[in-house]
Amino acid sequence: MNMMKSIQGKLGSVLTTALAWLGTAAFTLAHAVNDLPGGPAVNQLNLHPPVTRIAEEQAWLHWFMLIVCTVIFVAVFAVMFYSIWKHRKSVGHKAATFHESVTVEIIWTIIPFVIVILMALPATKVIVAMKDTTNADLTIKATGMQWKWGYDYIKGEGEGIGFLSALDRKQRAMSDAGGPKAGEVVDDYLLKVDNPLVVPVDKKVRIITTANDVIHSFMVPSFGIKQDAIPGFVRDTWFRAEKIGDYYGQCVELCGKEHAYMPIHVKVVSAQDYSTWVDGEMKKMAAKADDPSRVWTLDEIVARGEKVYTANCQACHQANGKGAGPIKPLDGAAVVLDADKTKQIAVLLNGQNNGAMPAWKQLSDTDIAAVISYTKNHWSNKTGQIVQPAEVQSARK
Amino acid sequence: MSAVLDHPHGHDDHHDHHAPVGWRRWVFATNHKDIGTLYLLFSFTMLMVGGVLALLIRTELFQPGLQLVNPELFNQLTTMHGIIMVFGAIMPGFVGFANWMIPLQIGASDMAFARMNNFSFWLLIPAGLMVVSSFFMPGGAPAAGWTLYAPLTLQMGPSMDVGIFALHIMGASSIMGSINIIVTILNMRAPGMTLMKMPMFAWTWLITAYLLIAVMPVLAGAITMTLTDRHFGTSFFNPGGGGDPVMYQHIFWFFGHPEVYIMILPAFGIISQVVPAFARKRLFGYTSMVYATSSIAILSFVVWAHHMFTTGMPVTGQLFFMYATMLIAVPTAVKIFNWIATMWQGSMTFETPMLFAVGFIFVFTMGGFTGLILAMAPIDIQLQDTYYVVAHFHYVLVAGSLYAMFSGVYYWMPKWTGVMYNETRGKIHFWWSLIAFNVTFFPMHFLGLAGMPRRYADYPMQFADFNAVASVGAFFFGFAQVYFFLFVVLPCMRGKGEKAPQKPWEGAEGLEWEVPSPAPFHTFENPPKLDATASRVIG
Repeated sequence: MNMMKSIQGKLGSVLTTALAWLGTAAFTLAHAVNDLPGGPAVNQLNLHPPVTRIAEEQAWLHWFMLIVCTVIFVAVFAVMFYSIWKHRKSVGHKAATFHESVTVEIIWTIIPFVIVILMALPATKVIVAMKDTTNADLTIKATGMQWKWGYDYIKGEGEGIGFLSALDRKQRAMSDAGGPKAGEVVDDYLLKVDNPLVVPVDKKVRIITTANDVIHSFMVPSFGIKQDAIPGFVRDTWFRAEKIGDYYGQCVELCGKEHAYMPIHVKVVSAQDYSTWVDGEMKKMAAKADDPSRVWTLDEIVARGEKVYTANCQACHQANGKGAGPIKPLDGAAVVLDADKTKQIAVLLNGQNNGAMPAWKQLSDTDIAAVISYTKNHWSNKTGQIVQPAEVQSARK
Repeated sequence: MSAVLDHPHGHDDHHDHHAPVGWRRWVFATNHKDIGTLYLLFSFTMLMVGGVLALLIRTELFQPGLQLVNPELFNQLTTMHGIIMVFGAIMPGFVGFANWMIPLQIGASDMAFARMNNFSFWLLIPAGLMVVSSFFMPGGAPAAGWTLYAPLTLQMGPSMDVGIFALHIMGASSIMGSINIIVTILNMRAPGMTLMKMPMFAWTWLITAYLLIAVMPVLAGAITMTLTDRHFGTSFFNPGGGGDPVMYQHIFWFFGHPEVYIMILPAFGIISQVVPAFARKRLFGYTSMVYATSSIAILSFVVWAHHMFTTGMPVTGQLFFMYATMLIAVPTAVKIFNWIATMWQGSMTFETPMLFAVGFIFVFTMGGFTGLILAMAPIDIQLQDTYYVVAHFHYVLVAGSLYAMFSGVYYWMPKWTGVMYNETRGKIHFWWSLIAFNVTFFPMHFLGLAGMPRRYADYPMQFADFNAVASVGAFFFGFAQVYFFLFVVLPCMRGKGEKAPQKPWEGAEGLEWEVPSPAPFHTFENPPKLDATASRVIG
């Protein structure tokens, strides 16, 4: 109900604004905006300028179809309007009586049939080309999420890079505030992201799409690609961008309330620039990763271990460390209190009791060292022992 | 309707003494004409409700930025606009025409199952109320789009379940209506009215009714699975439990594509009645029209996945659905050619029904061509889920189905009400609608080509001007329909206007013109004797 009331209020103000605009004949020309290269142009009438061979083929096919259809349309309706002009009662035309001709019917069944076949043939070869995602130089997974994109570089130069890409927060706030103010020029309104997807020019890039929650769709008009991102499934598409530049797209499958606010920005860069970017990203990742040779203090590592415990161990061993039913307690357990730290490290790396306690070797050395240190110094366990990541690292070998 | 409204006893007919009066006449209605009237009024009401939602959408999109609604409510508006227009306005509208005209056209006394007819109409009222009231439920109306794609539907509030229930009821209503129409047409034709002499409107509805019976249960299945996914722990479409969201789309569009033809075949039928009447010449290629309609209906079952080219179908799938879809252009083209051949060498006049019919042929064909362009899978990859698609389906549903209904209303209004509509006002309505329609929807082609996605509450600045134009056009189009009701329909319903003769159109043919205007409460109680063409009563 409140919604309806707020609509009434807003409707009033919108109408006033609209009337004011009409009155000054300013209309939407009040919005100053320029073409966005790689994105939409102001009052663009046709497809984006193509940047890939596929997009070029699509643009060609569209022109071909548009021309053929227009010619047919004009021809057919020329006949109709001629008839409307000449065969009117008001100009004294008398109705003829013919109403059947099998020959004519057959002719105008066969002609459209031939035309659609001729239309479909060039499209066929484009479809086959579009669907060929083999031999990619670079494979990137695009994950649709409510409401942002996640990009993971799966294979090729930059393998291992992964980040999230969301709409610029200021622009989202701008939208709520009624859009850019008059005089404010925002050419990339609703298209600006925090982390653009970076790809090299002239390389075949395969995009694997999937989603975390609902269906999204990954579209970049300049590349001629659009592929739904479906939760629980992977699909793929590909492009080979032939021009360096910034290209924009948006999510095109209704995905909930922020559907209009999950843009796609692809930065196509030269091979050298791409390598530089990859190096930079790799360094950033390395900086974030834990150094296994670091020596931790007790307090630091116990604090870290608590988080690891909560995330991985607590479900079975419980917050109080007592376990439950067949799950062994950690509080006061011999293996935890043992002065020989390697025993507990071995349990975490290899599991115990035929996997009732699973192996946790997928955790990092730091995490394993931290969680062991935590269990050794929590509840009634007061051993004062620290397990350093280096000890776990050597136990792995 | 006036005569029918005011004087149910007005005809020297002993059966009329049992006809109920007042509200009972409508609630307990079993007369096909009364039920037809109810359907048409319901349909117009829903057209207005859906229209208000459309105008709220267009107001929000008048300029970039959010001014009127939040994105959540915006999604509710687009969803409910779609559902209300498809299931509330267009489908019941054509059923209204079928109720009124089919018994009259085939010389039957009424529909085959009069009480079921009443039930199928009155089911629509609770369904319609549920759909409209969903806006006032916690969480608002469903906002997953009219296609109700999983797994977004799993995130919806309780109104989703209400919506599913409403769709079930409407589906049941449609199936009952269809059974009624099929049985009426197959069993109750007057002697001499063979199938191949039957008027085109009855033919198109016969085929449509079979389509409805075939696909409404499919829709019911899809939404029932959605319901059990939501509440009973199944995972048909829920990927979290191993379900397949794309399977929902396959099932939905297996219903959805024939549904498109359900909404357009009766329109073809109306146009096939109106064009010959005003060209004063028989319909060209009657037989091929029947075959073309049947082929469209059959082909409509094998093209559904052209709605899903971007889901990532295998190459063979895309090729098959592209070719099958383009094939539909053939019978559709045959129909257009036949209508033009009917006009050719005729003696045409352009009263409002003919204007709407010619407008239909012209503008619907534009929608047909954009359909052909969309059918090309490589182009569809660019245009899928953009405003191009929005433009396309409004060209075929508004300029197609709705214009055909307007044409039919003007054509048969004298028969229904016994008075002539005001011709000048009809012409104003036509030109006003035609221009406003194109101002609204033509710019959407450009928006779509430029890549503006549909169902967007806000959009990049570059799209601003075309959106503003479309919004202005939409308001003009909306007002045109209010004008139509207040200044054309209402006066006729009140019986104001020139008295209509039994056959107001010089070139009209068919049994509906063999009974007085307004059509008496009961017609053809004894099977009429027909001439060789089955279009005249000879005693």
